[in-house]
Amino acid sequence: MDGVADMGGAPRWGPVHPPRRHEPVFGEPWQGRAFALAILSSRIACGGVNTDAFRHALERLDRAAYLGDGYYGRWLNGAELMLTERSILAPGAVEARARNLRGEHVDEPPIPEPDRPHYAPTAEGSLRAVDTVPAFAVGESVRARNMSVPGHTRLPGYIRGHVGVVESRQPAAVLPDTNAHFLGENPQHVYSVRFDSRELWGADADPFALTVELYESYLETIS
Amino acid sequence: MTPTGPDAPLPVALRAEALEQLLTERGLIDPKVMNGIITNYESNVGPLNGAKVVARAWTDPEYRRRLLDDGTAAIKELGFSGTQGEHIVVVENTATTHNVVVCTLCSCYPWPVLGLPPSWYKDPAYRSRVVAQPRTVLSEMGLDLADDVRIIVRDSTSEVRWLVLPERPAGTEHLSEAELASLVTRDAMVGVAKVEAP
Repeated sequence: MDGVADMGGAPRWGPVHPPRRHEPVFGEPWQGRAFALAILSSRIACGGVNTDAFRHALERLDRAAYLGDGYYGRWLNGAELMLTERSILAPGAVEARARNLRGEHVDEPPIPEPDRPHYAPTAEGSLRAVDTVPAFAVGESVRARNMSVPGHTRLPGYIRGHVGVVESRQPAAVLPDTNAHFLGENPQHVYSVRFDSRELWGADADPFALTVELYESYLETIS
Repeated sequence: MTPTGPDAPLPVALRAEALEQLLTERGLIDPKVMNGIITNYESNVGPLNGAKVVARAWTDPEYRRRLLDDGTAAIKELGFSGTQGEHIVVVENTATTHNVVVCTLCSCYPWPVLGLPPSWYKDPAYRSRVVAQPRTVLSEMGLDLADDVRIIVRDSTSEVRWLVLPERPAGTEHLSEAELASLVTRDAMVGVAKVEAP
């Protein structure tokens, strides 16, 4: 979906941070707790692992919740959103408990009746076999569809409308656009598509190539 | 306003503790399972797995061929597989071609071989800029590539996970596979650094 999470080519982010040697996996203990909580909460909220639904939860966080609390804070906020949407948690439950933990005395909301989606992945992970003939061939020029998607998608904004060449075909996989919303797995063929930097960023761009993996419905034939 | 007053912002660490308590009280999570996940990613899963893969490829031409042909299967031969590693594609950096990996949409990363991503990989500056100005970004990170080196940026937009097979540094012909593995850094396997000879 279009928003803060789709960062490719976004301006004004300033210099990158060079790598630090021996950076700890979790800089602070709460980050490890938040990581594990997010993994487990995703299962509690969906009844199965739905990475697409979790990514969509992250995408829907407001800018402060996405950026302000850092990477693991984002995961924690996404987990809370999923749990609240599925009525595992009442709105405000985490905040009320946190206030009580720091010594305030506030009422906590009652536990709601859970409302989980009917969701059962047909297999582990996202790879699936499909029996349709691939619509595009290796070496073929293709255009990424120029479509704005209100829900979840893995079609980045900076690719839309641009022409590339199919570099290879990857294993077929569950379509994130429907799976994230519990509307079915709809597995599709997936293609690695190679774009030229000048096609993406204009004639003055540094010369380089870029590949993205695009699901079949993100692509159209060049007429 | 005191730091503990009702208007003080709630620290994220406290909110993590609150969520853990709420879910534990209802039996929805088990702290032992949580601790197991944390320990696994702190201790077992990490860039050393990927370094072993690279060192094997540098010393065994047949393995290298299998790795470039079917990364997932060749990596599994060494015992590494799992979440965020369902389908790993290995690409080779050479004197004339340089691959660098990013995920502009979130921070997808091949956990079974590299562990959880480092902070720079998750940073908006890296995610936004490396797909538009890779040569400049690599230079800011300490890697200056010659003008005639062809750069290929790999944006991890699907469930394909990329692992870069870095160039073996000159002067390491006498080193054992284990010694070679100790030279291989996570950064080189994402493509923002080269492996240096000792």
